[in-house]
Amino acid sequence: MNKRDFLKEAIVFFPAAGVLSALTCEAAGKEPSGSAAPGYDPTDHWYGMGVDVDKCIGCNRCVEACKAENNVPDEPFFFRTWIERYTITSDGETTVECISNKPRSLDQVVPADPNVVRTFFVPKLCNQCAHPPCVQVCPVGATFQTKDGVVLVDEKRCIGCRYCIQACPYGARYLNPNTRTADKCTFCYHRITKGLVPACVEVCPTEARIFGDMKGKADRLVRFERANVVSVLKPDLNTEPKVLYASLDGEVR
Amino acid sequence: MKLPEQVTRLGIVIAVLLAVVLALRFFILPASLFSAKPHQAATVVREMAKPLHHAGVASCRKCHEEQFEAKYAGYHRNIGCENCHGPSARHAADEKAELPKKPKDREFCLACHAYDASRPNGFPQVDPQQHNPRKRCVACHDPHDPVPDETPTECGGCHGRIEHTKALSAHALLACTDCHKVDEQHMVHPRSALPTKPQDREACGRCHGLDSADPAASKARVDFASHGGTYVCWECHYAHLPEGPRK
Repeated sequence: MNKRDFLKEAIVFFPAAGVLSALTCEAAGKEPSGSAAPGYDPTDHWYGMGVDVDKCIGCNRCVEACKAENNVPDEPFFFRTWIERYTITSDGETTVECISNKPRSLDQVVPADPNVVRTFFVPKLCNQCAHPPCVQVCPVGATFQTKDGVVLVDEKRCIGCRYCIQACPYGARYLNPNTRTADKCTFCYHRITKGLVPACVEVCPTEARIFGDMKGKADRLVRFERANVVSVLKPDLNTEPKVLYASLDGEVR
Repeated sequence: MKLPEQVTRLGIVIAVLLAVVLALRFFILPASLFSAKPHQAATVVREMAKPLHHAGVASCRKCHEEQFEAKYAGYHRNIGCENCHGPSARHAADEKAELPKKPKDREFCLACHAYDASRPNGFPQVDPQQHNPRKRCVACHDPHDPVPDETPTECGGCHGRIEHTKALSAHALLACTDCHKVDEQHMVHPRSALPTKPQDREACGRCHGLDSADPAASKARVDFASHGGTYVCWECHYAHLPEGPRK
């Protein structure tokens, strides 16, 4: 073989080999292999959460449990769930303050302010919308809704462009600095598919959060919906959130 | 008319190229290259395979039935074990691998029980500076059965803020039970029997009506026939501080 023939064949051989090996990897590795745990059928479920604002004591245990369960970075500005304090004064002003981002000073009790008409805590998290705006805007299809109604992020596809963070009307997403991908509440998908409840529900001391399945006939969530006047956040956006709030003040956004 | 030979050749080349491209697209390349489904399924599998950190009450109960029973009978019945003891999935899988933490410092209890105006009414709260400062809570209260020294007998035991407001108002001499019917059960399990609120205007009218003989309400008599339409009084007046701003 002379030099000219060798170069000719090499030009064809190396790219072709590259393409073929990529194809075989793709075909072998990415095919869905046992897409779910045995005995778990995602089409049987449609998950949601109930939050009774009247019961939340703002202890932040849910935030801590969520961070431990899902490896959320410790820095106090990355949250999958967080708690807001609403304060409505007699002049009609509403102030909202996130109480999960600073250590509480327990020595100093803030005396009740006579100008405050109402004040309460509101736990917030991804609303797992039935029509999620974040899914619509993702340019690479990395975020999607599962058959059981949970919005997940594919860490391997996400390019970290932050469109979804902008698009979420509830501010529920953040960019994980370790993976450089968008991250959000998954309802602890690894727990709920095993029949456990999400970590925040597991630790909530006052049952302010309850977790359930809207397809279950006598499910806790169904009973919650029946027993309370429930509302959702920003219903005008037509996102149809699956996080239902009871005793929700009209000022909560 | 006969096609020139070069056109025929070109046609054949184009047809072959087209066939190759179509075969690549539909037969040779795997469908997963064009569909999001395999990626989504892979993500679901990956999410489901993530490790547990919280074991859940049910698995704690398997070994610690005694503590569970004690807790279940008391005020802390709704609190999951891992609320206080921290994520313990490793301990549940192998009891020797890791011992769950036992928080004993005052700050841990105060995270829930320090007074905070935003907390719901009736949630047991203390003023950390007044309530045995620097003493550990567990010295007096068993966290698995945190009985207060006794079941509260006064409403102010839980509703201190309301009691305080009322004590400084014109209604200072009225007892809570003058307006609210309180079931005994409410003292033991607050949410299982909620107290009532006056549902008619007659409740206030007994003292504040024009024909009332009560001397205490002599300065605040109104004609119930013309005042306020059909609204119940507390919809506009805050009965715990009647001289305060109206809604």
